[in-house]
Amino acid sequence: MAVARTENPGLSRFGLPIAGLIGLGLCGAGILVLLDRQGGPHLLASIYDLLGNSAGATDLRNGSGDQVIAKILLAAIALTVGVGGIWLLFIGVGSLVSLLRPRWRDRILPWVFVGPALLLLAVFLVYPAAGTILRSFVDDHGQFTLRNYAVMTESDFTQILRNNAFWLIVGTGGSVLLGLVFAGLFDRIRRESLAKTIVFLPLAISLVGASVIWGLVYAWQPAGQPQIGLLNSIVVAFGGQPIPWVTTSPINVFAEIVIMIWLQTGFAMVVLSAAIKGVSGEIIEAARLDGASERQVFLRVIVPVIRGSIITVSTTIAIVTIKIFDIVYVTTGGRFNDDVVANRMFHEIFQFFDDGRGAALATLLFVAVLPVMYINLSNFRRQQRGA
Amino acid sequence: MTASAQPIESSRVARVAAWRPPFVRSLPLRLSVFAICALWTMPTLGLLVTSVRNPLNITTSGWWTALLHPFEANQWTLSNYATVLSSDGMGNAFINSLIVTLPSTVIPITIAAFAAYAFAWVPFRGRGILFTIVVGLLVVPIQMSLIPILQIYSAGNLYGSFLGIWLAHTGFGLPLAIFLLYNFISQLPRDLFESAAIDGASHLQAFTRIVLPLSVPALGAFAIFQFLWVWNDLLVALVFLGPGAEVRVLPTALFQLIGSRGGSWHLLTAGAFITMVVPLLVFLLLQRAFVRGILAGSVKS
Repeated sequence: MAVARTENPGLSRFGLPIAGLIGLGLCGAGILVLLDRQGGPHLLASIYDLLGNSAGATDLRNGSGDQVIAKILLAAIALTVGVGGIWLLFIGVGSLVSLLRPRWRDRILPWVFVGPALLLLAVFLVYPAAGTILRSFVDDHGQFTLRNYAVMTESDFTQILRNNAFWLIVGTGGSVLLGLVFAGLFDRIRRESLAKTIVFLPLAISLVGASVIWGLVYAWQPAGQPQIGLLNSIVVAFGGQPIPWVTTSPINVFAEIVIMIWLQTGFAMVVLSAAIKGVSGEIIEAARLDGASERQVFLRVIVPVIRGSIITVSTTIAIVTIKIFDIVYVTTGGRFNDDVVANRMFHEIFQFFDDGRGAALATLLFVAVLPVMYINLSNFRRQQRGA
Repeated sequence: MTASAQPIESSRVARVAAWRPPFVRSLPLRLSVFAICALWTMPTLGLLVTSVRNPLNITTSGWWTALLHPFEANQWTLSNYATVLSSDGMGNAFINSLIVTLPSTVIPITIAAFAAYAFAWVPFRGRGILFTIVVGLLVVPIQMSLIPILQIYSAGNLYGSFLGIWLAHTGFGLPLAIFLLYNFISQLPRDLFESAAIDGASHLQAFTRIVLPLSVPALGAFAIFQFLWVWNDLLVALVFLGPGAEVRVLPTALFQLIGSRGGSWHLLTAGAFITMVVPLLVFLLLQRAFVRGILAGSVKS
């Protein structure tokens, strides 16, 4: 593909710098509006003043009136500044750098491209991670201490760790196993894509929404009253006593894990299904000629071949289950012996205002995902060497 | 990714012919698939049915009983939606969600696309180690960032502002964005870039005229990812945007609804469905692109 050069010296000499300066000015103004807490309403009020709508402007300044329009205006400015400003930065600095000698240009230009990303990663991930680890080892006065980690020796913490282990093992294992079985089953039916869509759909639903959906399934009324929850109505129909699923320990931990499995199975199924379809038909045919049953073909031929995908899916879901927060926070708040590390961390910070202990719990989560990070990195290295 | 798509497709054709077990349309298989699909749909169906039922009926009978006599018109109502949208503020939260999600989706894509191009095709010192760091950051829990960023936000008066949450979602979304786009962009044929360089194209021109047009599938896939992630996020929204009615987003509003209207299933179900409408639509309409993104992000060998 040939890439034409811009052959318009007049425009590039004067037009571009002027356009760039105007753009820069607009971006600067936009950032000022964004930084102002009342930027949206104030800007819209000024616009209303210009248009002669002083009543609307006064309403806006008093915190009422067309606040929605003001918000949309703010978002439009954010989109323009965010996207336009980035482009302006890349093109502007890129053109400036290309005026330099080739040796310097080739050295600096890549940093212009990766610069904004690296800056944001440093500010929002690297610096905070380092800060959190450090914070976990100091008390409120900045003195070194291990006391923050004492939270982990308290008696209820063994229960938290047990619950997290259930999440990790049952949640991950259940999703991957069901995903694998469904991928194998759906592979053999005619309406494969419809069945897949149905299982895959919950992935679009938020954990909060899913918690409400399942809250209705688990709904409980005292015995004798009409059960409006699907699960308890089945239990009662079979002559059992209704069970308060979300408040009975340890059933509630598994009731919550089921929500996660319901969400994540579709993800595992889609990835594993693609892997199964990548298994060569010749191998399968050869196994079948050797007299292998369909089950044997699946377990002894297909599963070993797609082992890599199974591991990748497992690690991805493991990360989600280790950090699980929303479902527990929304369903019970961890009050019924179903607490987990991430939920406890949230409560340490925002309920007990104990940043040190919160930091220690965050660091624990970080340590827990380190093996997955190691697997990812060594996969990536191998891939790079292969390429 | 594109390079490997072709052989998979052709082997699939070969496999379809071979991989047809004798009991293809056997009853047990079809029954079990039907059971799985019913099981997976039931919870959401229950939510949907409950959300349009009369509050009185909801507390006295299970939602499935309504399906037995669907033509009794007086048991259906839309007033649950009207109530949560107005008096419980879900309508306002819906707009806030849109306002938070759109910039939080578009901005990281732009920044990540430039970075992914440089990581893939522009040699520079430290490139390998920096990209390794990006891959490592993929799994760092957001929990690690909460306390320090919150301190910065309190100092910079960014807590509870849209700017604060746009920046936070941009930062948190970047590792996956760069990683996905790198996977795609690095697989583009080398010849393209070599002939562009021979024609005297700068890196910027190569990026805008080759990389961007060809990367539309990957950009779209990540856009869907990030959109769903931001729209459905509770933790980041709770921590950086907070529960204030002016700025709170749908997951926060739904969570507060659970707190304030705990037993009122007619409102909870309607509220929950309002939070789900947009992601479900996005998902159903763009499912193929979404699946492509998932496969690009997770199948590494």
